[in-house]
Amino acid sequence: MNALIARLVAKRLGIMLISLLIVAFAVFFATELLPGDVAQILLGQSATPEAVAGLRKAMHLDQPAFLRFLYWLGGLMTGDLGRSYANNREVADLIAGRLANSLELAFVTTLFSVPIALTLGITAAMFRGSTYDRLVSVFTVSVISIPEFMVATLAVLVFAVYLKWLPALSVANDVHGLGELLRIYAMPVITLSFVVSAQMIRMTRAAVIDTLDTAYVEMALLKGASRRRIVLKHALPNALGPIVNAMALSLSYLLGGVIIVETIFNYPGVAKLMVDAVSTRDLPLIQSCAMIFCVSYLLLILIADLVAIMANPRLRNQ
Amino acid sequence: MTITNPGRKGRFGWHMNAVGIIGAAIILFWMVVAIAAPWISPYPVGKIVDFDYYGPMSSQFWLGTDYLGRDMLSRVLMGARYTVGISLAAVTLACFVGVTLGMIAAVIGGWFDPVLSRFLDALNSIPSLMFGLVVVASVGSSMTVLVLTIAVLYAPGSYRFARALAVNVNAMDFVTVARARGEGTIYTIREEIFPNIIGPVLADFGLRFVFIVLLLSGLSFLGLGVQPPNADWGALVRENIGSLSFGAPAVIVPSIAIASLTISVNMLIDNLPRRIRDRSD
Repeated sequence: MNALIARLVAKRLGIMLISLLIVAFAVFFATELLPGDVAQILLGQSATPEAVAGLRKAMHLDQPAFLRFLYWLGGLMTGDLGRSYANNREVADLIAGRLANSLELAFVTTLFSVPIALTLGITAAMFRGSTYDRLVSVFTVSVISIPEFMVATLAVLVFAVYLKWLPALSVANDVHGLGELLRIYAMPVITLSFVVSAQMIRMTRAAVIDTLDTAYVEMALLKGASRRRIVLKHALPNALGPIVNAMALSLSYLLGGVIIVETIFNYPGVAKLMVDAVSTRDLPLIQSCAMIFCVSYLLLILIADLVAIMANPRLRNQ
Repeated sequence: MTITNPGRKGRFGWHMNAVGIIGAAIILFWMVVAIAAPWISPYPVGKIVDFDYYGPMSSQFWLGTDYLGRDMLSRVLMGARYTVGISLAAVTLACFVGVTLGMIAAVIGGWFDPVLSRFLDALNSIPSLMFGLVVVASVGSSMTVLVLTIAVLYAPGSYRFARALAVNVNAMDFVTVARARGEGTIYTIREEIFPNIIGPVLADFGLRFVFIVLLLSGLSFLGLGVQPPNADWGALVRENIGSLSFGAPAVIVPSIAIASLTISVNMLIDNLPRRIRDRSD
């Protein structure tokens, strides 16, 4: 059985690598569409033709696009992300600190939203059809169907403008003590938690309801088990796989949310770096940030897949 | 949550509950606004009509004024054009391409199906807002670019959905009979498969429309969508975000407009008559 699982995991990894290659291809050629000569743009109007030609050669710009793609890919593999056009620093250096900030934000958000979403999702499934369930449903549908920036602006309006509990902007470089840290993280984390947990609640509820519809749960009901016992003892252990799967999938919504949230709250993370790079058209930086996003997205999907395989023996026979 | 009413049937042979009708009415309202915007807006969109900026709601300016003193009502009405228009164009393109390819893949099968599916799955694994950023950064933002980019991002999902439905229909007896009669691929797709998946495909169309409205608003909010002096609802929020700290209507109204559109599409789809939504079951 273990060999079988190992083979499935290897297969998933292979699929992920192929996806990654196609994604890298798409990202590289999307950024290649930029009109104009990069070397010329970098050196400015007053550059001599020799200088431009020299830089073109140094940046491999005189070679066909496909070769440059291979160079770039090779660079990515070896950790050489290239140099930023805007300030000529190593992209890897620019990203390193920002990535840590973004991961911190994601980690704190996960820490907050998972327990809340699990509780709400499971209880909503337990009391399916009740007023409580409807309230939760209305809440999740509303949050899912409004843009992330609206959640953020509402959070600012409520917590910073009306209640005046929290500052509207977060600047992570002047932190003194835990209290301030909490205040700075609070707004971005609240916003992201709303976005992510709405998805998580919906999917958790669906997963639990799926197991509640099975024959063995009906059997437990016929034996006279209480609702609490049915859910906690019979349904939940079997719904655990789908729930973890749902959590990994909903965490991938972090990636879209984090771009908006970091921009609104001026949070120094990778997403803000990328949005800034877009406004300066700093292609190496954009490419690297884009790849970081795609890799983390694919990793989350991979985890979700693997958990689903581990949890459900029937999926192993595909 | 759905209130089924099997006894009563409307004029079209089915009945929709109140929530669904409210949703449909709000969607219809925004559609009409999008078409009629230039004739019903009280002031010219770009004209500065108030000396004060971020004005409050008044009888003269129903929804207040924006950061330059332009009438918000006119701007929101015109914004409907961009938000609804671009999203509708993009979702139509995405679903047309996705559903067509999906049905072809399901009917032809062979090597075509797995190769296309793998490729589109890979495309699907690109976070959409991020890919939008990359494309807009490299080619700049225009209506065409926005529609095409968004369509490329959402076609794979539509493909996946339509293919899964079409594979089921394809295995049914009447398709086998059509094949045995000697009907070609195009006929099979058009006459046998498509009519049997149209209901769920329409529901999927609506959901995808919601995602696209949200993506477009997000892009515009980041300043990468519709470019000034034009503004869709996302761009209106961006323009007036400065008034957030004193809660002027200028930043709240466009947000509400987006939410009213997306929520009502969800309301309509959730309450579509079973006969339309689950036709393939």
